[in-house]
Amino acid sequence: VTPGEPLVRWDWIASHLDEFAFRLGEHVELTVIAVGVGFVIAFALSLLILRVPRTEGPITGIAGTLYTIPSLALFALLIPYTGLTIVTAEIGLVSYTLLILIRNIVRGIRGVPAEVREAAVGMGYAPREVLLRIELPLAMAVIIAGVRLATITTIGLVTVTALIGQGGFGFLILIGIQRFFTTELIAGAVLSVTLAVVADALLVLLQRRLTPWARGA
Amino acid sequence: MTLLGDVARWLADPAHYQGTDAVQTRILEHVAVSGLAVLVGVLVALPVGLYLGHTGRLGFVAVNVANVGRALPSLAAIALAIPIAGTLLGVQNGLGFWPTFFALVPLALPPILTNAYVAVRAVDGDVVEAARGMGLGEAGVLRAIELPLGLPLILAGIRTAAVNVVATATLGALVAFGGLGRYIVDGLALQEYDRLFAGALLVALLAIAVEVAFGTLERAVVSPGIRVRSGAL
Repeated sequence: VTPGEPLVRWDWIASHLDEFAFRLGEHVELTVIAVGVGFVIAFALSLLILRVPRTEGPITGIAGTLYTIPSLALFALLIPYTGLTIVTAEIGLVSYTLLILIRNIVRGIRGVPAEVREAAVGMGYAPREVLLRIELPLAMAVIIAGVRLATITTIGLVTVTALIGQGGFGFLILIGIQRFFTTELIAGAVLSVTLAVVADALLVLLQRRLTPWARGA
Repeated sequence: MTLLGDVARWLADPAHYQGTDAVQTRILEHVAVSGLAVLVGVLVALPVGLYLGHTGRLGFVAVNVANVGRALPSLAAIALAIPIAGTLLGVQNGLGFWPTFFALVPLALPPILTNAYVAVRAVDGDVVEAARGMGLGEAGVLRAIELPLGLPLILAGIRTAAVNVVATATLGALVAFGGLGRYIVDGLALQEYDRLFAGALLVALLAIAVEVAFGTLERAVVSPGIRVRSGAL
């Protein structure tokens, strides 16, 4: 911190709005790909767990170990293989979403009352229809709670990918640290937290839209 | 795999166990800053969480503080701690140990507080009532009933905090702290992939060791009578 320099230089902020917009796009892209791909993988694994319960231990064990490994370490372990690329960033980011998403998808679908499922089968629903029209809608609140957690966590982790040449707002933080320029690092940090809060609010709105019957609760 | 050979050779090289950049020094630095941050986190968040849980006050705040902690990116926490440490402790302490420590404590607080609160709230009301009927006071209920019954959840919160803190301490290397992150950051800068990979491996193992250690601790201190139920968490 240079003496005499104010903590935040507003003129610098005003003259870098274009860069903020560019970093926002990068940050959103990294997050959406990670949560999207993570959801597809987690959904498939969750269906496997629900159909073959003895796979639950190994799958959550592996996802849990991945979740435990520090993000920077996981990225570093991948660099010799996939380099300083978006692929390295996404493999790491996707890995961190799996445990949260699998846990909530499985818990959500298991939480559907057995008598509801039975009623659906009795009315002639095929297994596929039971899943799509009964179990998924009823599990939606718990599943979206998982997506919210995964999204917030991913938005925070994206900043770490600045170290491997990606980063979104994390890039501003990293450059700010390297140049001892507090304006830039505070801007990066505040924008990243703001993005997490906005994304969370949007997902709450999405949940209300998808589960209109739960609005009173 | 030539890379893994290089990494094994790097780890076996006696030169990497001498001087200020020695592996054991880096591990010690990493454990020291993490341990201190978790300790402060426990000392601050545990009493608050237990108190709020016992009285049932401020439940909304206690539960949501964990989500706020999650939204704060670790890199941002480290970055914001630089001006804070510099302002509080003078410019000469604006880098290294202190900003890392200042960044880690706020990451340790939320899971400990939220879990302590939830742990106490989740204790069966009938049991608490029975204890009061037997003449236990407020402090007695907390100490003899709520604390031991809530212990699995409380420990789970401390474990989450510890694993997060060990992970984030890696980023301390960006603000001139030592620790195992040093190898990763330097390995990246120098494009020395053996150093990078060895550092990453050590950090990963340390995080997993913390996780395992807490599992062992939980088995040792949690009453056998509630162990079965705690397995589901």
